[in-house]
Amino acid sequence: MGALQHNPERYFVPQPANYPVRGSLALLLLATGAVLWMNHYASGPWVVLVGFAALLWMLIGWFGTVIRESESGVYNKQVDTGFRWSMSWFIFSEVMFFAAFFGALFYIRVLSVPDLGNPLHKMLWPDFAAGWPSTGPYMKTLFSPMEAWGIPAINTLLLLSSGVTLTIAHWGLVAGNRGKLKLWLFLTIVLGATFLGLQAYEYSHAYHTGLKLTTGVYGSTFFLLTGFHGFHVTIGAIMLTVMLGRVMKGHFTEHHHFAFEATAWYWHFVDVVWILLFIIVYWL
Amino acid sequence: MTSATHGLGHPQHAPGAHDSHDDHAHGPPSGFMRWVSTTNHKDIGTMYMLFALMNFFIGGVMAMIIRAELFQPGLQVVNPDFFNQMTSLHGLIMIFGAIMPVFVGFANWQIPLMIGAPDMAFARMNNWSFWLLPPATILLIGSLFVPGGSLSAGWTLYPPLTVQQGMGMDLVIFAVHIMGASSIMGSINIITTILNMRAPGMTLFKMPMFCWTWLITAFLLIAAMPVLAGAVTMLLTDRHFGTSFFNAAGGGDPVLFQHIFWFFGHPEVYIIALPAFGVVSQVIPAFSRKPLFGYTSMVYATASIAILSFMVWAHHMYAVGMPAAGQLFFMYATALIAVPTGVKVFNWVATMWKGSLTFETPMLFACGFLFLFTLGGFTGLVLAIVPVDIQLQDTYYVVAHFHYVMVAGALFSAFAAVYFWIPKWTGRMYDETLGKWHFWLSMIGFNLTFFVQHFLGLAGMPRRIPDYNLQFANFNMVSSLGAFLFGGSQLLFVYIVYKCYRGSGEKAAANPWDGAEGLEWTLPSPPPYHTFETPPAVK
Repeated sequence: MGALQHNPERYFVPQPANYPVRGSLALLLLATGAVLWMNHYASGPWVVLVGFAALLWMLIGWFGTVIRESESGVYNKQVDTGFRWSMSWFIFSEVMFFAAFFGALFYIRVLSVPDLGNPLHKMLWPDFAAGWPSTGPYMKTLFSPMEAWGIPAINTLLLLSSGVTLTIAHWGLVAGNRGKLKLWLFLTIVLGATFLGLQAYEYSHAYHTGLKLTTGVYGSTFFLLTGFHGFHVTIGAIMLTVMLGRVMKGHFTEHHHFAFEATAWYWHFVDVVWILLFIIVYWL
Repeated sequence: MTSATHGLGHPQHAPGAHDSHDDHAHGPPSGFMRWVSTTNHKDIGTMYMLFALMNFFIGGVMAMIIRAELFQPGLQVVNPDFFNQMTSLHGLIMIFGAIMPVFVGFANWQIPLMIGAPDMAFARMNNWSFWLLPPATILLIGSLFVPGGSLSAGWTLYPPLTVQQGMGMDLVIFAVHIMGASSIMGSINIITTILNMRAPGMTLFKMPMFCWTWLITAFLLIAAMPVLAGAVTMLLTDRHFGTSFFNAAGGGDPVLFQHIFWFFGHPEVYIIALPAFGVVSQVIPAFSRKPLFGYTSMVYATASIAILSFMVWAHHMYAVGMPAAGQLFFMYATALIAVPTGVKVFNWVATMWKGSLTFETPMLFACGFLFLFTLGGFTGLVLAIVPVDIQLQDTYYVVAHFHYVMVAGALFSAFAAVYFWIPKWTGRMYDETLGKWHFWLSMIGFNLTFFVQHFLGLAGMPRRIPDYNLQFANFNMVSSLGAFLFGGSQLLFVYIVYKCYRGSGEKAAANPWDGAEGLEWTLPSPPPYHTFETPPAVK
């Protein structure tokens, strides 16, 4: 492992930078603004806007620096290995974040909703049927639950294909075939964007037929799970777009392209989460 | 590599020390920007520790307010709602603002020195891990001053109370998010450093035990923190966006929050305890002048504790109701943790066995840890037993138990670490006489405060209530007096640390301890600003 792969001449240690503290200030503004906004202070949205802009500005600067360092060749094999470890652990942390929401869905479907329908509770809510989907005993909203074999099935197909196209793009990169790389990477982004478009259409359709975030625990779990996934697809698509931009500028070599690989890892992770969502949230 | 030693208080430019290849050998930029923009693990470690010290006193003042109110029965000092805000924030600040950062500070300073690395793997991200903490603390403390006040439902953030509270709760939620992000980044950094930056020859099983415990702690953090983020996100949407996760009317369940919270919360206990175990595993061998007994078993015991910690969460929730099979599972799984913990305690004692022992301040704190943490472990076993726990849930017995683990466990070990390593960090020996005073005052103050709380709890005094029945008056007065003694004696600690940083006191040798071994003791005290720019050789 690691220990033997270092560059024997010199370690890489970056110079002092003020990106972190700018990021912290941005997050402080973002959090404060969000709290103000949620509590109906008129200043809230503006503070959020400033915080978000500051965060974006910082991220562009920071990633820009890393890209410049990477292209100038100061990252040795050891730095590359470090990036691999860290991206893996970052994705693991994302897995655990989704695990919290999947765990909540499991608990609600297997424990809390059936419990609300048990004989002891019949006195309180005689006509509550503890099936799934459920909006709980006190919410009587009518809605149509999500159908798996419409848009969600198409979306599954889109995301799975995007995994394939991304792999073909990677083959192009490794083989030094830039045309192949650009074409298939572009196709991957198109597939991702189509997925997001269909997801947005599905959401608006749901809202028109009565399924909202406020539609009891079914609405809560559906929108938070698919919403966080959609957010991650958005981030992944932005990452892919940045990769395409870098490819256009002639970045990466056959052997030195971990940013591309990390993006691919992330994209596959988002893919796997979607398959779980499709099976557990939409289908079963 | 520079030969000039610029210690903490004396940032200097080392003339002629850098070559044309790059600027690594520069001294730090001077003034405020040095600390804001630094990518140096030593600077960042120092900031973590000073920040933790500041929060230790903020949380400590809150504890003093709590004990002042409980000095006598009746309501004298603060109103009940403010009292509840104090107990809640005291918990959050001590855990997230004091104990966790101080151990990350030790990790920052020591791990690169111990494994022969030039710095942490991601030096800029390391800076961000630290600088995320001040905004989080600003949000936490700021929540006291918004309409409706801060969180008053306890640090465990249970709904439905936390769904009903004012905007202070929102600030707490975002503070938790930011602290979680900081912990995850810090942990990824530590894991990558340990796995990827070890000097040639430094195999995993040659690493000092402190590095092992941090490697496993970092794994726990990466696994547990996102779950907490998920839990507070659900709280936020329940509060403001009409979701029903914790609302039975909509099909949810407040108990769901408790499950998710404690799935984070129990590993969190070991996130705090494991680095403390690591410190003690460095200190006891040094002052016993013997290698650590059972190194390999220590590693496996630590890993077992980490894995088991994810399977015991519901022992915090026996009283909310759960099937008997669940109670039995969580009871036995919890009792099982005593096995690897027993291995560790046995190994520490066996390390001391027939050693040539001396009791300088670090060793005193390590021994204090050994006695009192083990006692806290025993009361933990008592609480693991379902029928007993149902009696003792939310009493002062629980308060006594976790303060034995958190204060006499983690905090005493942190003191041991500071006294052990401060000669390395500052180049100055601490004042041994004052250190011993600090230990004995802390030891006496701590036990006066918390030992009697076992009796209060067994007699049925509930926690998180500002008033109590007359029968509890005597023990509460003892506890409060002990707390004031304990709190006051920490000022002594600040003075001792200040003296070292100011540069007064005896100069420390590269290795001021007879029995201490490891790469960090081969470096001068204080070590140069950049160490191991080329890998050292490890036999």
